[in-house]
Amino acid sequence: MRSLLYLLTALAVIGLASWAYRENHLTQQAMNTRAALEREIARLEEEISMQRVEWAYLNRPDRLRALVDVNFDALQLVPLTADHFGEIDEIAYPAPEARFEIGQGVVVLGELEQLTGDLPATSEEDQP
Amino acid sequence: MTRTPLRPLARILRARETGEDPNHIEQENLRLRRQELRDTGRVRAELRLLVLALLFMSGFVLLSARMGLLAATEPVALRVGLVEGISDSRSDITDRNGRVLATNLATHALYAETRRMVDPQRAARELGRIFPEMDADRLAARFTDPDRSFVWVRTRLSPEQKQAVHDIGEPGLLFGPRKMRVYPNGRVGAHILGGARFGEQGVRAAELLGVAGAELYFEDRLRDPARADQPLRLSVDLPLQATITEVLTGGVSVLNARGASAVLMDAQTGEVLSLVSLPDFDPNDRPAPLTEGEPADSPLFNRAVQGYYELGSVMKAFTVAQALEEGEVTPDTIIDTRGPLRWGRFTINDFRDYGNEMSVTSVMVKSSNIGTARMAQNIGAERQQEFLRRFGLLDRMYIELSEAQRARPLLPDPWSELSAMTISYGHGMTTSPLALAAGYAALVNGGRLVTPTLLRQNSVPDGAQVISPQTSAQMRQILHSVVYEGTASFARIPGYPVGGKTGSADKPDVNGGYKEDAVLATFASVFPSDDPKYVLVVTLDEAVDTTGPEPRRTAGWTAVPMAGEIIRRVAPLLGLRPVALQEVEARLQADSRVP
Repeated sequence: MRSLLYLLTALAVIGLASWAYRENHLTQQAMNTRAALEREIARLEEEISMQRVEWAYLNRPDRLRALVDVNFDALQLVPLTADHFGEIDEIAYPAPEARFEIGQGVVVLGELEQLTGDLPATSEEDQP
Repeated sequence: MTRTPLRPLARILRARETGEDPNHIEQENLRLRRQELRDTGRVRAELRLLVLALLFMSGFVLLSARMGLLAATEPVALRVGLVEGISDSRSDITDRNGRVLATNLATHALYAETRRMVDPQRAARELGRIFPEMDADRLAARFTDPDRSFVWVRTRLSPEQKQAVHDIGEPGLLFGPRKMRVYPNGRVGAHILGGARFGEQGVRAAELLGVAGAELYFEDRLRDPARADQPLRLSVDLPLQATITEVLTGGVSVLNARGASAVLMDAQTGEVLSLVSLPDFDPNDRPAPLTEGEPADSPLFNRAVQGYYELGSVMKAFTVAQALEEGEVTPDTIIDTRGPLRWGRFTINDFRDYGNEMSVTSVMVKSSNIGTARMAQNIGAERQQEFLRRFGLLDRMYIELSEAQRARPLLPDPWSELSAMTISYGHGMTTSPLALAAGYAALVNGGRLVTPTLLRQNSVPDGAQVISPQTSAQMRQILHSVVYEGTASFARIPGYPVGGKTGSADKPDVNGGYKEDAVLATFASVFPSDDPKYVLVVTLDEAVDTTGPEPRRTAGWTAVPMAGEIIRRVAPLLGLRPVALQEVEARLQADSRVP
C-alpha cells in the first residue's frame, strides 16, 4: 500500500514537472508574441499618427480656403452668412409629378412558388 | 528544571516497610519521565509542522494572489515608456471638437560615430550636398577630430533626406528615432499653442518640451505618461480661429496697422473660442525672440494676453455700470457735459462738443469723456477702485498660457481723483484685451464674473455676482444703442444685432505724453445684443482708414468694421439663427425696464 503511494507521488511529481515545463515554454512563447504584437502596435500607432497628421495637414483651413477659391467655378462655395438661413415655409412642398413611376414592371428574382400571400403592389393604381 | 529522582528515598523506604518491590517505583518514574519527554517532543513537532504549513500557505497565497492579479489586470496598450531614461511622450492638443492642433510625428535624427566611418571626407562632402545650409568643411573637421567619437549632425530629417543620407552608404552615419512636434494648421492659433523644442537628447529618444503658450503651461499634463494617449482638449474652435485670423489679417493690411488682436469668448462660461494676435508666426518654425527693439513688436508677443494697453473709451462701460449699479443714475439721468472740464491744471475735452447736457445713455452713445469723468467724480476713487477690482481688472488676468503669468496691469499710484476721472474713460490704467473681454462678459451676462479659460468646459462655472441682473440688462440696452445710434454703425450686421463700445486711445509716447496720430482702436462687442452669448474684442494698433478725403483713425472707422465682418462670418458658424432687429429691441426694452 505504502509503495503504491510512493509510486503515485513520484508519478505526480513527474507529471507536475512536465506540466510546469510546458507552461514555462508557453509563457515564454506568449511573451514573445506579446513583444511582437507590441512592436506591431507601436508601428501601427506610428502610422496612424502619421495619417492623422496628414489628414489634419490636408484639412488645414488655409488649404481648404485656397482649394475653395481655386474651384469656385465648379463648387460655388461662399462663406456662410445670415441670408443663407431660411424659414421652413420657404421650402416648396414636393410636387406630385416628382414621384417615382414604375413603367416596365418589376423584375423579381427567385422562385415564384416561394412567395406567399399578396404580391407587392406597384404604385400604378395610386397615380392621379 | 528540577529533575525528579528515579528512586526517591522516602518512597523506597516506605515501600520497603510495606514489603513492596522498590523497583516498581523506579519503573513507574521512568515511565512518567519518558511520557513527559514524548509529550514535549510531540508539541515541538506539531509546532514545526504548523510553521511549515503556514509558510507553504503564505507561499501559495502569494502565488495565487499574483495569478489573480495577472488575470484581473486589464490589457493595456503599449505605453511608450522610458528609453534610456528619457520619456519622449507628449499628448496631442485638439480644439473643442477634436480637430488636431498639435501632435507628434515620428522622424529621425542624424548622428555620426566617427570610429566607424570609412571615408569621413566624402561623407561630409555628400552631407553638404544634401543639406545646403551645412558647411561641409567644418563637418569634415569634426568627423576627423581624433578627440571626438560622436557627432550630432541634425535633429530632424524628412523621409527624403533620410533616404539621401542612407544612399551615401557610410556605415558611421546613423539614425536615431525621434518624435517631433507638428502643428498642422501652421500659423492658425500660433499664440495659443506656443511651440515646442527638444530637451534632453539620447540616441534613441529625445524629450519634447514646450517653450511657450499652452504647450508650456500644460507641460506636466502633456508629459504625464498616464494620460499620454488622451488629447488635451482646448476651448478653441479651429474654424472660428481660422476665419478670424483671415479677416483680421486682411484688415491689418488694408488699414496698414502695426498689429491687431481679437478675442472671442463665451459670455457665460468664459471659454475662449478664438484668440488671435497679429503679427503671428509659425509654431513649427518658431522665430527667435528679438534681441533689440521693443519686445512688443515681436511676432511672438501675444497682444491679446500680454499686451496691457490704455484702451480708452471701452472702459466707459464700467464707469456707467458702476453708476447704475450704485443707484447714482438711471439710463435717462441727465449729466452735465459742459466742456472743457477743468481739474487743477488739467482739462478734459470731448471729441466734439455735444452740448451742455446729455442722458447717461447718450454719454455712452456719443462717448463723452466729460460725462463719464463727472460720473467718476461722484463715485470717487476708492469705490471705483473697488468696483474694478471686483471685475479682476486690477490684477493679473488668469488664463492657461505661460505668457499671462508675466504680464500685469499698470495702475496709478496714488489713485487720485484725477486718476479716477481719466480711468473713467480708459486712460491712466492698462488692461489687456482678454481682461476686457472677461469684463464685458460679466457686464452683459446677468452680472456674473467669468474667468477666461482655454480648456473646454462642460458646465457653466459658478461666478461671483458682480453687478445685479437689472444693471446688466440696462448695460445691454446701452451697448445696443451705441451700435444702432452711435459710434459703431459699421457693426450693424443684418440678422445679428450687436451691442458694443468703441475705444480710440491715443498711444503713450516713450518720451512721456501721448503720440500724435497714433491710436489704439478697440471695439468691445457682444452678440446677440438682447441675450449675449459671445463677447468679441478687436484691437487694431495704429490702423488708418485712408479711403476718405482725410485719414480716419477712430475705432468706428477701423476696429468696428473689422469686428462687424468677423461677426458676420462667425455668427452663422456658431449656430446662431438670424433674428429681426425689432424683436431684439422689444426684448431689450422689456428687460431693462425698472421693475
